Amino acid sequence: MIPALSITGLEKTYDNGFRALKGLNLEVAQGEFFALLGPNGAGKSTTIGVISSLVAKSAGKVLVHGVDIDEDFPGAKKYLGIVPQEFNFNVFEKPEDILVQQAGFYGIPLSIARERTKHFLGQLGLAEKSSTPARMLSGGMKRRLMIARALIHAPKLLILDEPTAGVDIEMRRSMYDFLREINAAGTTIILTTHYLEEAEALCRNMAIINHGEIVANTSIRELLRDLNKESFLLDCQVPLPGTITVEGFHVAKVDEHTIEVHIEKGQDLVQAFEGLKQQGIKVLSMRNQANRLEQMFVSVLERQA
Amino acid sequence: MNAYEQYIAFTTLVSKEIRRYLRIWTQTLLPSAITMSLYYVIFGNLIGSRIGEMGGRSYMEFVVPGLIMMAIVTNSYSNVVSSFFGAKFSNSVEELLVSPVPNYIILWGYIMGGVSRGLLVAIIVTTVSLLFTSLDIYHLGIVVAVVTLTSILFALCGFINAVFANSFDDISIVPTFVLTPLTYLGGVFYSLDLLPEFWANVSRANPLVYVVNAFRYGVLGVSDVNIGFSFAMIGGFAVIAYWYCMYLLRTGKRLRS
Repeated sequence: MIPALSITGLEKTYDNGFRALKGLNLEVAQGEFFALLGPNGAGKSTTIGVISSLVAKSAGKVLVHGVDIDEDFPGAKKYLGIVPQEFNFNVFEKPEDILVQQAGFYGIPLSIARERTKHFLGQLGLAEKSSTPARMLSGGMKRRLMIARALIHAPKLLILDEPTAGVDIEMRRSMYDFLREINAAGTTIILTTHYLEEAEALCRNMAIINHGEIVANTSIRELLRDLNKESFLLDCQVPLPGTITVEGFHVAKVDEHTIEVHIEKGQDLVQAFEGLKQQGIKVLSMRNQANRLEQMFVSVLERQA
Repeated sequence: MNAYEQYIAFTTLVSKEIRRYLRIWTQTLLPSAITMSLYYVIFGNLIGSRIGEMGGRSYMEFVVPGLIMMAIVTNSYSNVVSSFFGAKFSNSVEELLVSPVPNYIILWGYIMGGVSRGLLVAIIVTTVSLLFTSLDIYHLGIVVAVVTLTSILFALCGFINAVFANSFDDISIVPTFVLTPLTYLGGVFYSLDLLPEFWANVSRANPLVYVVNAFRYGVLGVSDVNIGFSFAMIGGFAVIAYWYCMYLLRTGKRLRS
């Protein structure tokens, strides 16, 4: 099957000499929910800029659903829906006008454009605000408006550049459900995000980009398997003894009712519980101290360094 | 995009542009009507009655075509420069740039926005002028051709200005320091025959002279310059400006990183 996105040897050197992309290679299969992660300035937005034609590449090849952007950019753009990081609509216009216009730019007849506008505004909870000037919308509503706009021409590949920045938790979850739904319906989604739990919750595969290069490209499960260490916080029944030790584990008392346990790769968490139980410590609940994906992300970058 | 899809994209862009200036009509249409009414009252009636004839016509009749053309030039220019720069400033131009709309459709969409505003203001200003004088059209074909070509030319100039502008100040510099002086010195209020030969020749380097005189010829049948040469000048400048705008869009200069 033709990949939804295929990037080969992508280079971008800005006029000031800064090399933002250094021969980047990436392939995203059709139907994927793919995460593109990386620290600030890694080259994520530049990559998206090249794909969407807002940034001119210095070298390399980009194919969207098999269409080379150098040979037929308008053809490639039809497959693409972009949700950029920054709000980029006319804030004086109404959401319904913004969507109908965007549909028009893709050559969609007015009657169909109106139908789709109604559908997406309803799906993204903006129906009541369809005639309100966009500047009056909240940050979360503006984000959803950008998603609706990117979907108006039914793209096969949707690229979301930090779509949930500034969106409250409840709205974020409903957005996740919506994105899962459109992905299940066949739209390939590429997501860049700083909320790493977002990538973990939504995406099957991911790539990590750093200094303009892909440093990891595999399934999230695979990368998490590579993690050497995980930290857990155990909420215990008080009172805790002054010092706590469990043989073979690094254990530390955080406060009067919390213990931190580091589990190395291959270690059995049950043994740690056993050790605590022998000291009369009853564990009531357990949680990850830090996001696993975040740990993985740091470890990949450290390995590269 | 096939031809039908391109047609939809074009009409979408033009209607967006028209809706934009109609939404803010007090800033886009009304000022020209008020300004021109004042010109008619002060230059046409009060001062004009003491000047007498110019170019074989009453002074009021003489200045009206120039003032109408001044309104067309200013409005077709302002519409494109403010709209396109606004889109650039708010990044909403990206809506267009990421879409499959061909560059020439983008350009013609903005041009037609500027032309339509220029024509609408011309109708308003002409209607107002009828309160002060009567207008007999000498050659309708020339009037239509000059108005169309001129508004296209200045819409293109507005587009170039918008591409290079970095701030809202930059979009008012050209109209204030270039367009208005050239219009005033382009024979709107006087005939080149009144100037000493040297200054008359200097004036002929001003493109607005050809615009104003070609239009005046279409309305009154009098002109300080050759009408064929005027058309060649306006058309020539329009072709150069169009080519440059397409170059800017194709290369993405100041629009894409």
